[in-house]
Amino acid sequence: MIEAQQLTKRYGEKTAVDGLDFTVRPGTVTGFLGPNGAGKSTTMRMIVGLDAPTSGSVTVNGRRYAQHRAPLQEVGALLEAKSVHPGRSAHNHLKALALTHGIPGRRVDEVIELAGLGSVARKRAGAFSLGMGQRLGIAAALLGDPHTVMLDEPVNGLDPEGVLWIRNLLTQLASEGRTVFVSSHLMSEMALVADHLIVVGRGRLLADTTVRDLIRETGGDTVKVATADPARLRDVLAGPDVVVTGRVGSEELQVTGLTAREIGLKAAEHGIALFELSARTVSLEDAFMELTRDAVEYHGTTGVESLGRPA
Amino acid sequence: MSTTLTTTAGQREAAPARPAYRVTGRRVLRAEWAKLWSLRSTWITLGLGLLFLVAFGLIAATRYRSGIGSGRMDRDFARSTAVSLSLFGTNFAQLALGVLGVLVTAGEYSTGVIRSTMAAVPRRLPVLWSKAAVFGTVALVLGTAGAFVAFVFGSRILSGTPAALGLSHSGVVRSLLGAGLYLGLVAVIGIALGALLRSVAGGISVLVATLMLIPGLVTLLPTSWQSDISPYLPSNAGQSMFALTQDAGALSPADGLLVFLGWTVLALAGAAYRLVRSDV
Repeated sequence: MIEAQQLTKRYGEKTAVDGLDFTVRPGTVTGFLGPNGAGKSTTMRMIVGLDAPTSGSVTVNGRRYAQHRAPLQEVGALLEAKSVHPGRSAHNHLKALALTHGIPGRRVDEVIELAGLGSVARKRAGAFSLGMGQRLGIAAALLGDPHTVMLDEPVNGLDPEGVLWIRNLLTQLASEGRTVFVSSHLMSEMALVADHLIVVGRGRLLADTTVRDLIRETGGDTVKVATADPARLRDVLAGPDVVVTGRVGSEELQVTGLTAREIGLKAAEHGIALFELSARTVSLEDAFMELTRDAVEYHGTTGVESLGRPA
Repeated sequence: MSTTLTTTAGQREAAPARPAYRVTGRRVLRAEWAKLWSLRSTWITLGLGLLFLVAFGLIAATRYRSGIGSGRMDRDFARSTAVSLSLFGTNFAQLALGVLGVLVTAGEYSTGVIRSTMAAVPRRLPVLWSKAAVFGTVALVLGTAGAFVAFVFGSRILSGTPAALGLSHSGVVRSLLGAGLYLGLVAVIGIALGALLRSVAGGISVLVATLMLIPGLVTLLPTSWQSDISPYLPSNAGQSMFALTQDAGALSPADGLLVFLGWTVLALAGAAYRLVRSDV
């Protein structure tokens, strides 16, 4: 459990994190989403005490990180990829971290195997590829068998197999009842693993919601149906989670809560003729763009026109 | 037998499956010890330090002996003793050890390991104390051993010359121990400068300036100031720790140790302040 209260970080004139309030709960994967420069990494650094908040506070399992007796057992964090000495082997890096906590040597071997680094564990970490570096960072994060796992852009530099491995790992860690907090600037990646989303832009909280709610709010999952008998179709489709809208006298209806397939089957069952049946999905990417449009730090000048607004 | 088995199984279920880890000062010390020796640069630099210390001492002794033999003696060499000649390498060894000290701390910032280190020990200060203790001790042992080795072999070369001295000669052992202690403290100053400046280049520059350049610059000051300031400079106070005989105006060995210890504590305090106060 991570709790942030009015968490703020200023660097001189620039406010990197601006009064963030959020709670990351155990048992689910929480995505921490925002454009580049939104303050995600700064927030994560404050969670593990590397940066001190200018004001406000953040606690892990009820205490500030530094107040825990065995911090690595509370939070395992992957921050920037390279936090390893290039001249030290993966094994020696992990062993040195383990020694500070009295973590036994067999746990070091365990996380090396878990991260798939068995064959290179004795080699100098300087020779590692970006992906291997990420795996080593994740091995270090899991070393203390922590209650909370926090990963900053974990899929950066990983090959497709590595990306899949991370997704499964995150889901598994959450199913074991751990708090899993993962940052990304890619909505599509988050949509695949996260249940809960905390969206930030320019250091401010933009949304604290679930993936499903976010899609619903931005009008995703709507199915457009055109039929000869809209009134009867409404009755047929009616259900607890189903919302049907449409102008009176129009043949067109907008349905949320049912898939196009379900609508088609029900209509056929009741012998209602359909002229058109199309799912209008707002992608999560669109939802994210809409949400963060005014909070994007760095605009491309030749990008989509809607992004060209001065922020 | 069967009861024992059931109880153990029962206990295993009842007790939390998670072992209780804990960060302690001794564990941080062990971790820093392991970190120091797991880098190739440590072995190379320490080897160089020892080589400088012994080899330059022996070279100086050989030069003195050949100077005596040929009857043409440099004036610099005229007042030499077996101690001053065999400890000639201290100047070079201090660079190797001081630079390695800077690397131990500043190197963590330049490579990013500091984030792993501080996430594991978020109270931070135990890391600085451990690094200083581990590397200071290593340098002390290496420096002391090197000083004795250089003296033992140097005095063989010098036997029969006016500079010859034995270990039993008054002040010799004190000087050699002083040299080891001086090198140990230089290593700690290197650690402190690296942690204070967080930059390998910056740390090494300040180290070299402190130990080698500032004494030269002080000669630009008016003479009356020189005699007030000069003995208390880190390098001169350090020299007093291991000189067999003190020049006029220099500090006594004990005072030299105190002053040099003071500089070390000052550097460590600065490093500790920055470590606690600023973001990693």
